[in-house]
Amino acid sequence: MSFIAKPRVANPGLPRNELGLNRRDYEGSMSTLCAGCGHDSVTAAIVQACFELALPPQSVVKLSGIGCSSKTTAYFVAGAHGFNAVHGRMPSIATGANAANRHLRYIGVSGDGDSLSIGVGQLAHAIRRNLDMVYILENNGVYGLTKGQFSASADVGSKSKKGEANEQQPIDPVLFSLALGASFVARSFSGDKEQLVPLIQAGLAHKGFAIIDVLSPCVTFNDHEGSTKSYAYVREHTESPVSADYIAPREEIRVQYAPGESISVPMHDGSNVLLRKLDPDYDPTDRALAAAYVQQRAMRNEYVTGLIYVDESRRDFHEQHGTSESALNVVPFERLCPGASKLAKILTAFR
Amino acid sequence: MPERPSAAPRVNDFTLKFANVNGSGSASANSLVMKAIFRMGVPVVGKNFFPSNIQGLPTWYEIRVTREGWRARSGRIDLMVAMNAETYGRDLRDVAVGGYLVYDSTWPRNSLHARDDIRTFGVPFAQLCNENFEGARARTLMKNIMYAGTVAALIDIDLEVIRGLLAETFAKKPKLVESNMKAIEIGYRYAREHFECPLTIRVERMDATRGHVMIDGNTAAALGCLYAGATVGAWYPITPSTSLMDAFRTFCARHRTDPETGRRDYMIVQAEDELAAIGIVIGAMWNGARAFTPTSGPGISLMEEFIGLAYYAEVPAVLFDVQRVGPSTGMPTRTQQCDLLSCAYASHGDTRHVLLFPDSPEECFQMAAQAFDLAERLQTPVFVLSDIDIGMNDWMSPEFAWDDAWRPDRGKVLTTEQIAGIEKFQRYLDPDGDGIPYRTLPGISPKAAYFTRGSGHSRFGAYTEDSAEYKDVLDRLTRKFATAAKQVPQAVIDGRNSAMAIVSLGSCDAPVREALAGLRKSGVAIDYMRVRGFPFGAEVEDFLAAHQTIFVVEQNRDAQLRALLTLETAVEKKKLHSILHYDGLPMSAAFVIDGIERALDKGVAA
Repeated sequence: MSFIAKPRVANPGLPRNELGLNRRDYEGSMSTLCAGCGHDSVTAAIVQACFELALPPQSVVKLSGIGCSSKTTAYFVAGAHGFNAVHGRMPSIATGANAANRHLRYIGVSGDGDSLSIGVGQLAHAIRRNLDMVYILENNGVYGLTKGQFSASADVGSKSKKGEANEQQPIDPVLFSLALGASFVARSFSGDKEQLVPLIQAGLAHKGFAIIDVLSPCVTFNDHEGSTKSYAYVREHTESPVSADYIAPREEIRVQYAPGESISVPMHDGSNVLLRKLDPDYDPTDRALAAAYVQQRAMRNEYVTGLIYVDESRRDFHEQHGTSESALNVVPFERLCPGASKLAKILTAFR
Repeated sequence: MPERPSAAPRVNDFTLKFANVNGSGSASANSLVMKAIFRMGVPVVGKNFFPSNIQGLPTWYEIRVTREGWRARSGRIDLMVAMNAETYGRDLRDVAVGGYLVYDSTWPRNSLHARDDIRTFGVPFAQLCNENFEGARARTLMKNIMYAGTVAALIDIDLEVIRGLLAETFAKKPKLVESNMKAIEIGYRYAREHFECPLTIRVERMDATRGHVMIDGNTAAALGCLYAGATVGAWYPITPSTSLMDAFRTFCARHRTDPETGRRDYMIVQAEDELAAIGIVIGAMWNGARAFTPTSGPGISLMEEFIGLAYYAEVPAVLFDVQRVGPSTGMPTRTQQCDLLSCAYASHGDTRHVLLFPDSPEECFQMAAQAFDLAERLQTPVFVLSDIDIGMNDWMSPEFAWDDAWRPDRGKVLTTEQIAGIEKFQRYLDPDGDGIPYRTLPGISPKAAYFTRGSGHSRFGAYTEDSAEYKDVLDRLTRKFATAAKQVPQAVIDGRNSAMAIVSLGSCDAPVREALAGLRKSGVAIDYMRVRGFPFGAEVEDFLAAHQTIFVVEQNRDAQLRALLTLETAVEKKKLHSILHYDGLPMSAAFVIDGIERALDKGVAA
């Protein structure tokens, strides 16, 4: 890590987005993670995604739990409110925050320990609620801050730095999310920004719970030979049946693919996600097929990446509850309080 | 019949008890009797003793008729309606000398009529039901309604009042009014024909319930949340707090739903557990909505980690702890005041929390609204500590008042304009010297952004492991707690000049008040203070200092209020004498008087 703070001046020549902001405006404080940490690349991808979407910084809310991954919410979009919750409980904070104001963009960053062990219950129920947020799971198979214990995503046979092999079955966040009915399930690799940035953008456009499992190697505790979450291993063992492009609202879909080769998914905000099939037999709108595909590849020690499953038609958290279009935190008190004369009427039922 | 001692005539001053099997529909018959007496203008106290079970276990309902308007149990039973064969023996024993017992004489029970100091009335309820009603379910239900008719004859309840209540209950099902009324009349007639009605204990019309309602504390707290502008409720179902959320849902469906679009100005989330429930509340209040969670002791235990985060990161939250008997699962449907210490110091590290202690449904209503104001003003969790007795029993209560000029106090939240006007926003400063910093809500401006964290932070909100920066924030939190002591509801004080005093809280107030009247009547000079909030204000300190002998009356084994007083005030420990009630049932005045008299006999007073 570096202790030299980045100066807040930007090169006047830097490209600006529709809001007149440059990429530096979407950065946060200096990362304190290890040099070469996959998480820093994910942070950079979030910065790029938000910059390209020209999101007003204050329209973003950043949430996390505890762990290396959870520190990263401090490293992007300094102009957004951030909430570093307790270990494994970020989804409940996100649920409450979203309940209070449905009009902000909620980006949650978590890790495999935070999401798949201590927080597995909260993750499951955020999926069930179809909470409108992007949930980025920075997955390295290891506990970093406590110095190298296996996490619940460690593969059977994967070796720790000390040479010990994991024997417990891993929880695959993608299969887990598909089984629970998540409406947007993606996987990517921290070293593949070209794939990751459009996935984050598509996840932000998705109305509902968008989980992105990002294989994000730990250079200090899990980047050795014998690990299935090392840079070298992940690079050689990923397969993407589908590529996703995010097409902003009003932007034309320029690329033409032969029928059957691509699917365009219209998102709620008017944007489109263009899915190009790299494997002609794959269908990212078929949940059972997606699960079987991921499972088959997992048995061959392959990680399936890309936008694995999407269903834009599902009702999100607020639709399920029938809440007002207005954010609950700004409904005028006069509309909330029935007043003294109504109270007298209410109380007549108790005489 | 042999001569039996008869009770002295006691008009509007006696206690009925109904012994039933739960799940049999007895609750509506019992509340019909209570409401009828209330409608005749006579004050009543209703206590429900129910099992943690859906069907088949014993359940009791006690109705005290009290012309004086006392609010506690009387501690004696004058008329027992013994409908549960399983508990018959004990129910028979519980009747006071000179009292009465009604039982179902369809099956002979001669061998159990072992007492000759009470009178028993056998009514063949089951047989009468079988002769008059069709279907097993109807016969069970009508048996209950029928004993209500018998009781009406015995204690002289006006049948027209009962008919009026049934007509209101079944406004949309007039047929049910007729069938229920038929059962009432059968039970009523049987009693009139076979026994001397009314008894020496009986009801006579009064005018002492005008302007009052019969309401439970959970419903009242829910109403308070509605009126205070709460929009987000999150909870995990747990006895005895579920009815609070149920009531909130009913009120919101009626008063917070757009009649045209059906859209709701509220959100109720049934969480996966209490950990998530409090997380949702913290997330929502952090984001500017008024949010609350109703729970009980086991829920508080699970929430502790998040409560510490809200304390340290200074996020408002409102919790209703409807206390039940612990430890562990304990007795989930019995009452206690056993979470004082666990709430006051919930979570690891140096944490202290604001507590409110309502004594009645009326205060549940008022303190619900106060809790949101305090939580937002102080930016910290606020606990409303009710209990099963307050939360789930119907209490006679003056109609609640609401001031239409009242507006929520959202505390120090900077607006978009205020943010625009300052050079740089800093989250944890203390510009006003009261220990309370300024906060901002997400969504207004990049200038307003800050990072909320439970890790060590400086006054600027930045992560820190620097000792001085850490202590700076922690010491400000101490100052904030001192501010809280000035803002919580003040203790209610009755008398200041005696050497002796009672200190108590919450639902103890009803029996303590009655005991106080009894003690004073018998010449004991004694003062009373009911604490209503924690941290304790200066008035608590002064009251303790001004008295030599102080009886601390509370409903737990470990003297938790006494412990809080010794930890948080300068009072001498040896001045405080505990009177503890922790069997899970609400206390009576007799218990308090007895405890004080025994202590005085032992020479406790100076």
